[in-house]
Amino acid sequence: MKLAIASGKGGTGKTLVATNLFYALQQLNYQVVLVDCDAEAPNDMVFFKGEKIKYFYVHQEIPVINEKKCKFCSKCHEYCNYNAIFILPDLKVIKVIEDLCHGCGACDVACDFNAISTKPVPIGSITKYAIENNTFIIEASMNTGVFSPVPIINAAIKEAKNEKIVILDSPPGTSCPFINTVAEADFVVLVTEPTPFGLSDLKQSIDTLKIIDKPYGVVINRSGIGDTEIYNYLKQENIKLLLEIPFDKMIAFYYSNGELISQLEYQWADKFVSMFNFIIDQYGNSNN
Amino acid sequence: MEIAIISGKGGTGKSSISAAFATLSEKVVLADCDVDATNLYILFNPDVEGEEIYIGSQKAVIDYSKCINCGLCIEYCKFDAIYYSDQKINISSIHCDGCKLCSRICPNKAITMIDNDKSRMYYGSFRNGKMVYGKLAPGEENSGKLVNIVRDKAKKLAKENNINTIIIDGPPGIGCPVISTITGVDYVIIVTEPTLSGLKDLQRTLELTTKFNLNTVVIINKFDLNIKITEKIENFCEKLDIKIIGKLAFDPQVVAAMINCKSIIEWQPASDLSSQIKHIYNNLIYGQ
Ligand code: SF4
Ligand code: SF4
Ligand code: SF4
Ligand code: SF4
Repeated sequence: MKLAIASGKGGTGKTLVATNLFYALQQLNYQVVLVDCDAEAPNDMVFFKGEKIKYFYVHQEIPVINEKKCKFCSKCHEYCNYNAIFILPDLKVIKVIEDLCHGCGACDVACDFNAISTKPVPIGSITKYAIENNTFIIEASMNTGVFSPVPIINAAIKEAKNEKIVILDSPPGTSCPFINTVAEADFVVLVTEPTPFGLSDLKQSIDTLKIIDKPYGVVINRSGIGDTEIYNYLKQENIKLLLEIPFDKMIAFYYSNGELISQLEYQWADKFVSMFNFIIDQYGNSNN
Repeated sequence: MEIAIISGKGGTGKSSISAAFATLSEKVVLADCDVDATNLYILFNPDVEGEEIYIGSQKAVIDYSKCINCGLCIEYCKFDAIYYSDQKINISSIHCDGCKLCSRICPNKAITMIDNDKSRMYYGSFRNGKMVYGKLAPGEENSGKLVNIVRDKAKKLAKENNINTIIIDGPPGIGCPVISTITGVDYVIIVTEPTLSGLKDLQRTLELTTKFNLNTVVIINKFDLNIKITEKIENFCEKLDIKIIGKLAFDPQVVAAMINCKSIIEWQPASDLSSQIKHIYNNLIYGQ
């Protein structure tokens, strides 16, 4: 069972849900792995202590042009769909703009003069931590200024491919990084708050999940602030409300200190486990 | 003057502060560059005066009447987007990066590229001036190109209408869209919260703004939720010689304002929070 925890925008409590669910399952001796796919701001490890057991870089292949072999024919420039090759044939100038390169390999295929080779450039890293009770956290982390976290996210999820229960803490938004993460999940938990911004982001996330046909349910965080529009929407659309977490300065305070409510107040661990059991019951398949 | 408001993660109150700033000026151009979760139009309900289609990328599609199942495209695709199943070649639109290589090498010209044309840029008038916002369609690459288009339009509108101030509400993270948002602005304001994860995000964001040599200041929002961590943030910023231009207390009225489609300045102009934000803003605009 792969469970993605997601939200249209950051800061709605996605990390709160992912870390507490992980903790609660870990305490019941479930073999669970948490993958922090929010590679631009990975924060799950703020809440846990663990031993680093694996670390590696994720690379992207960037072309290198051998100017001695290059005939300045411009074919590679035409093949590059990202405008990452700058060429002035008359002046015999050619350059790869590394920040724009997606590593697709098209220029290499284009060149008839064998002038292009590649070099690996690190774009981020994966760290695996051993936490208590034989459970693990895998963290994806992107280097600043990289064009897309997707290859790093994919590498992190791949690290967990043989695990039975995987929680994916997904990146915010509904663009490529989000879709790539939730595409791997069997079920998506959308975390939102009962405000107009929260509702608008939720609707956008749901539209996206409908396109790729993923089952989902909703957790409302900071209930009590805001209004009731979101509840009307869930009822109207017949969307399952999985859990409500009230707005409570204590919960916010624990969170700010990197502490887990499931550890401090046991009823919260139970609530996260019940949510998990409900999802398994309804959406888990037998071979998992 | 261009002011960009960003935060390592969403949900720190960045948009509420942008909205407050926008309603403090007689005339502004407000640019919502959080194109993956546009929100400010909900508050300001602008009269849309125009829209432009934004084509950020392409996707590959197969014409099965031409495909001879040779499998060559699978070998060439660097994004593992092409696979064989049900005795035919399939392209996963989620994983396709739009590089066009498969289409170029297919011996039977069975693959064509189609534009992803669902994303939009809108512009119009709202009660304090002009507004521009981008809406990225689900699953499209958030490469920062749409952010550039929104910013260019904002500058144009400012010039045409003799407006001096552009307020930019930026996206979360540290990737390409954020870089596009902050490049060349006069001020970057990072909005952070007193949580351990917030501090970590702030560090990563400052790494980025320092790399680009930008005039950066910090606002600690909801500072009273955890005084100890607020102090930590203050010490950290002092060491780096980063100025903290304001500490704002938690105020449930911020959400109440949002529900009523108003900024906190419009909702409670005389409240402590509003006068504090006014003070910060005036210092920024006139105080130098
Ligand atoms: S690898 Fe692809 S994106 Fe990079 S320069 Fe070559 S053609 Fe362009
Ligand atoms: S295709 Fe090869 S020879 Fe032609 S410009 Fe590019 S690198 Fe030079
Ligand atoms: S390369 Fe062209 S013909 Fe060959 S499998 Fe791919 S689409 Fe079909
Ligand atoms: S366009 Fe590029 S990424 Fe998309 S399927 Fe073809 S080779 Fe793969």
